[in-house]
Parts: sequence; C-alpha cells; structure tokens
Amino acid sequence: MIALALPAQDSGTFTPPGIEELHLPAILPWGAAEGFSKQMLLVILSVVIIATFFVLAARKQQLVPGKLQFAGEAAYGFVRNGIAKDIIGGRDFMKYVPLLFTLFFFILVNNIYGAIPVIQLPTFSHVGGAYVLAAIVYVTWIGIGVKKNGLRYFKLATVPTGVPWYILPIVIPIEIISNFLVRPVTHSLRLFATMLAGHLIVMIAGAGVEFLVMQESVLLKGASVLVLGGAIAMYMLEALIMVLQAYVFTLLTAIYIEGALHADSH
Amino acid sequence: MHQAIISAATEGGTNPLVPNPWEMLVVFAGFAVLMFIVVKYVVPMFEKTFAERAEAIEGGIAKAEKAQAEASAALEEYKQQLTDARAEANRIREEARAEGAQILAELKEKAGAESARITAQAHAQIESERQAAVVSLRTEVGTLATTLASRIVGESLSDDARSARVVDRFLADLENQNAGVAK
Repeated sequence: MIALALPAQDSGTFTPPGIEELHLPAILPWGAAEGFSKQMLLVILSVVIIATFFVLAARKQQLVPGKLQFAGEAAYGFVRNGIAKDIIGGRDFMKYVPLLFTLFFFILVNNIYGAIPVIQLPTFSHVGGAYVLAAIVYVTWIGIGVKKNGLRYFKLATVPTGVPWYILPIVIPIEIISNFLVRPVTHSLRLFATMLAGHLIVMIAGAGVEFLVMQESVLLKGASVLVLGGAIAMYMLEALIMVLQAYVFTLLTAIYIEGALHADSH
Repeated sequence: MHQAIISAATEGGTNPLVPNPWEMLVVFAGFAVLMFIVVKYVVPMFEKTFAERAEAIEGGIAKAEKAQAEASAALEEYKQQLTDARAEANRIREEARAEGAQILAELKEKAGAESARITAQAHAQIESERQAAVVSLRTEVGTLATTLASRIVGESLSDDARSARVVDRFLADLENQNAGVAK
C-alpha cells in the first residue's frame, strides 16, 4: 500500500490520503516538472506482457491445443466471439476484432495492476490514458459511419426516424449532444473514475488501518480489524470492477461500431 | 475527505481531469505498438488455427460421409451380385433342363431312326428272301408242274423246249392276272 509508506501521522487527527498520492515522483525526471512516471513504465510493461503472452500462445499452433495455447485461444475467443461476433455480427465483425482485442487486454492488464501488490497502481487512475483510448474509439466509429454512409451518416445518427416533426427540434440537439459530445466523455471518464475511486478507497482503508493501529487505546487498535476486513472486501470489489470495466469499455466500443455500421437501420 | 480532495485539487495543481500529455503519448504509443503486434501476428495466427481446426473437423465429417457412401455402394454392389448370381443359377438350371429335354428328344429320335432302319433292313431282307423264294419257287414249281403234267399226259410232252415255253406262258399269264388284281 502506498499509504503505508507515508510518514507516520500525528496520533490526534486522521488525514486521509488524497489524489496527489496517485502522482508519485517521477522515476526519471526530465526537462519540465513531468518526468518518466510509474504509469508510463506500467503501460510499456503491459504491452510487453500482452504481446509476449499471446505471441507465445499463438506461436506453436496445433489442432489439439496445449495448455498455453488453450488459454490464449479462450482469451482470444472471448473477445472475438463473446464481444465482436455477438455485438457486431454478420460478416463484418472480423475487421474490428484486432481493435476490440487490443483494447480489452490493454485495459485489463493496466487495471489489474491495481490489484497486484507492490505495483498496486491502475494506469487509468490517471485520466490521460483513458482520454487517449476513448479518442481512438471516437475517431474509429465516426470514421466507420462516414465511410459506410457518407456525410449522410451525421443525419442518420442525429435524426431518429418515426418521430413527429414537431418533436424533432428537441430530439435533434439531444441526439447530437448525447452521441457526439457526451459519449466520448462518459466513455473515458467511466474507466478513469472507477479506477481512481477504487484505488482511493483501498488506499484510504489502508491508511485508516494504519492510523487505528497507531492509537494508544486498545479498543481503537481492535477496531482496526474491522477496517481491515472492510479493506479486503473493498479490494475484492475493486478487482471485480477492474475486470468489469475492461469488459464494459470494449463492449461499448463494439456497440458504437455496430451503431455506426448499421446507422441506416436504427 | 471531500475537503481534502478539493483542497488538493486546487492548491497542488493535481486536478484529476487534467491529463499529463507525456502519459497520453506513452499510452498512445503503447497501444499502437500492441495493436500492430495483434494485427500482424496474434489475430492471423489464431484465425489460421481456427480455420485449420474447422477444416479438420469438416474434413473428418466429409471422410466419414465418403466412407459411408462407399459402404452403401459396396452393399448395393453385393446385393446386385447376389441378384445376378441368382439369375445366373436360374438360367443355368433352365438351360440344363432344356438341354436334358433336347438330349432326351434326340435320343428318342435316334432310337426311332434306328428302329426304322432295323425295320427297313428287315423288310428288305424279307423282300429279298421272298424274291429268292419266288425265283426258286418259279423254277421248282415249273419243274414240279412239268413233271406232274408229263406224268399226267405221258411221254408226249417230253420235249423240253416246248414244255418250257408252255410253262413260261402260263406263268406270265398268272403274273398278269396278279398285276391286274393288284391294280
């Protein structure tokens, strides 16, 4: 726990760790205030982990798979069939499998960091990465929609069919705001906020345990056990949310792509 | 806690919604590299295995179907052969029966012919014997009649030549009479 490494607090008041605890000092500072941070190292490490695992799993391909190949195939098949094929469907889905596959495992590994002792820092607790991924997806689905339907796509995406004309002045601005403005923001902030909040909660619980243990009173020391139990429960919940958010982000990407592909039938 | 976050966000310049551009760059580059590896190696390799596996399974099904087709073809052929063999046996039996009948008929015919030949031979023999008998009888009867007549009429009729003529004439008349009766 990062909080445990902090200097001992005054025994009188409890100061919870804040967001600044997520901004560790740079490992390798350069030029300006910002340097090479732990997040950057973790991102690079995640690329190495994912690429190594899947290239190893896929390298010696056999019709009857071994354990590693089976695990790789199960993971690949989960995104390919469970997300891409089910949501996008048809004959088009294969084109988008690489994007969805990369997104899912990139986010998954970077989230799971938060549940691994010592590393204990989900990369997307910094908003930058979430912005980047949401922007990639945003550009992708708009590009797909325009390529498929031409500029008519913007009309298809904002003017719903079967709505009386006198409601259109209200509906069209809502559609524009929800599809083109709010969607990328929620897409990125959902990932970022869950990672940040989860990490903060675990951190605060950890700091709370430390604070209570340091107290003179035996009753307060005993109460730390309760907080520790809560911290473990929160840790489990956070681990679940890490996996879930990777899935949700990828699933939403697939839904956006599907919507752009079949804009004329919506 | 709220107070702490708000104060931290305002004083320390750590507004959580403001991204670090270097981190964005690293995430973008990392994602791009990973995406490249996935597009270039991971997806093609997995898809190749999936396709090969599907092909192997479908190939196995096709092979089984082929084997089944071959088996049913063999069964059909066997049945056909059995039918052919039965027909062949029937045909042979019919032929044998016909041949037997023919042999029987031939034998009957041959026996008939033989019996006819024997009968004809017997007839011819009888005829020749009759002829011989007739010839011998003619001379003998002539002699006997002449002897008898000379005995009856005496020495007057002892001239041979004359008596022979008388007998011949007599017999010729007799033959003519016979012929006339036969007609």
